[in-house]
Amino acid sequence: MAEAPTLDPWARLRAATRARIGLGGAGDALPLREVLGFQMAHALARDAVHAPLDVAALEAALHPHPVLRARSMAPDRGTYLRRPDLGRRLQEMEEPPAGPFDVAFVLADGLSATAVQRHAAPVLHACLARLPGWRVAPAVIATEGRVALGDEIGARLGARLVAVLIGERPGLSVPDSLGIYLTFDPRPGRRDSERNCISNIHAVGGLSPEPAAAKLAWLMREALTRKLTGTGLKDDTDPAALAAPAPPPGP
Amino acid sequence: MGSWSADAGGQRHVFDGLPHLLAAASPRRSGDELAGIAAGSDAERVAARFALADLPLRAFLSETVIPYEADEVTRLILDTHDAAAFAPVAHLTVGGLRDWLLSHEADAAALAALSPGLTPEMVAAVSKLMRNQDLIAVARKRRVVTSFRSTLGLEGRLATRLQPNHPTDDPRGIAASTLDGLLNGSGDAVIGVNPASDSVPNAMALLEMLDGLRERYAIPTQTCVLTHVTNAIEIMRRGAPVDLVFQSVAGTEGANRGFGVDLSILREAHDAALSLGRGGPSGEVMYFETGQGSALSAEAHHGVDQQTLEARAYAVCRAFRPLLVNTVVGFIGPEYLYDGKQIIRAGLEDHFCGKLLGLPMGVDVCYTNHAEADGDDMDGLMTLLAVAGVHFLICVPGADDIMLNYQSLSFHDVLALRTVLGLRPAPEFEAWLERMGIARPDGAIRPPELAASRLLSLAREAGGG
Repeated sequence: MAEAPTLDPWARLRAATRARIGLGGAGDALPLREVLGFQMAHALARDAVHAPLDVAALEAALHPHPVLRARSMAPDRGTYLRRPDLGRRLQEMEEPPAGPFDVAFVLADGLSATAVQRHAAPVLHACLARLPGWRVAPAVIATEGRVALGDEIGARLGARLVAVLIGERPGLSVPDSLGIYLTFDPRPGRRDSERNCISNIHAVGGLSPEPAAAKLAWLMREALTRKLTGTGLKDDTDPAALAAPAPPPGP
Repeated sequence: MGSWSADAGGQRHVFDGLPHLLAAASPRRSGDELAGIAAGSDAERVAARFALADLPLRAFLSETVIPYEADEVTRLILDTHDAAAFAPVAHLTVGGLRDWLLSHEADAAALAALSPGLTPEMVAAVSKLMRNQDLIAVARKRRVVTSFRSTLGLEGRLATRLQPNHPTDDPRGIAASTLDGLLNGSGDAVIGVNPASDSVPNAMALLEMLDGLRERYAIPTQTCVLTHVTNAIEIMRRGAPVDLVFQSVAGTEGANRGFGVDLSILREAHDAALSLGRGGPSGEVMYFETGQGSALSAEAHHGVDQQTLEARAYAVCRAFRPLLVNTVVGFIGPEYLYDGKQIIRAGLEDHFCGKLLGLPMGVDVCYTNHAEADGDDMDGLMTLLAVAGVHFLICVPGADDIMLNYQSLSFHDVLALRTVLGLRPAPEFEAWLERMGIARPDGAIRPPELAASRLLSLAREAGGG
């Protein structure tokens, strides 16, 4: 009778963590396949940082929801990385229709245009489906944008809430993670503590578009009811409440 | 307020006030440019260094970079300044101090005696007149030895923090990464986890797990869950096994407030940790992290350059006799340190300034994916720091921190460094590695196959049976 094959004792451990454990070695160094695998992950993350947003493709993916284009005061990627202050200020935006609006969505490249390209439209569509009766502004696609750029855009649109869907800083294992920042009564000078954040929206074990949209719709409804976002609005989402669409806000 | 001037290329440059002079003399970096305080040209930068070289060291005792009345870190610095220790260099200029530090008479004993007489601003100023090789040469002479269960900072030794982070704090995942690090000879400075969740029960569960593991295998090291100091106070009150109290600190009162701390809360935590009596007779029970740019990020920089503020953070650390301090040099992002060149320079400055002030100074040699840096830059910085006698380095499995989403050093990097430079782990830990069949009697570390190792039972626990 044949003996059972010896299992690699690292296999069970790898089920408990994505960390790069049990890599073996060439002398003291890492084996070449690990070195090249690491270099590839870093290359994908860097490409995600530097890739430009395909605005036309994103606009098509948002159809039929109307779109306005905008860009920050950072003229290029190099300046954007060095000068976060410029990424928070609006250089120009297409003329918006007359408001007022309950909510404006801003889709900004942030540090991973790849994330916005892949995940922003599905999240937006899923969220809109949960907002019957809401007055929703045209979606603003903003390039070289930081989170706080949404404050100026939201104020200019006359929106009561702004939700910024933005590419998060790419990691080695996930180069395309999307984050959402929700701010009540947006205007320049809002602090980060006045926002609510939903992070880690991606396809590698992260939050998928439907639950992300459900969480966002819940936060939006709570924000308008309680007239605030940020540390005063705890994310104590009741899973049952997520299933229901958000009722229209009061006038 | 003092005013200084220097000529460069037929042009006169005037510097009003110490912050302006120090900022203009700093090597170029994106954080000072972001703050709008960097030199306007390379020539102005060198002109500022000429002016700074002639500045008497005593000027730093009469003119502050942040007012005494406005900032408790300034008060700490001036109130604890040791005039007797300062006396041997009291007649020198900043340039004169640079030459003296490099002189052969400035040996380990002389540098150690000087530390309490130096202020962070003096140390930051002199670093701006030093090339990278000067920063290495002087730091190498200044050994700082600290001890808990392991003795750290000895000549010919290089310690590591084993950082087994996990995105959801899964104890099995953390145990798996810890096992990998131990098999590679890592963890003699501390086994320290950054928790993903800031909850007290979560931190307590991780502490119990790590402490149990350390006890079961009789590992001569310390464990730490890097949670906020107010959490640590609560955790100690509830009786969980806290070896080291951790906190991130910065060089201004305002930036520390941004971290949710002040000197009095640090004092309370320090007293609580000492009362547990877990450490050795040296009473070194604190662990601090710092990093250039934190004060600007918190909008509490007072127009002072980020490297001078970083050195001021070391005054905060020094007040609590830490076992470990490290700068997280490349974590903050390219708006503060743009590329590999700036990260390497900052790492050497931070190590030099910390050591000169008497701190057990380690470095997290690291970078993010939006900085212009890669593993080659980190190879360079880790080697330079090891030559400079760094107290400890941080390492993670495969250089990839899957919780904080940045790249630090790998266990393998430190294995290579130890071989290339002949550096050994802390003596108590080295003896343990030998008992476990991980190090050979000659000190060389040869990671065993897991299946044949004496830690296989740990693998079984972490793997769920």
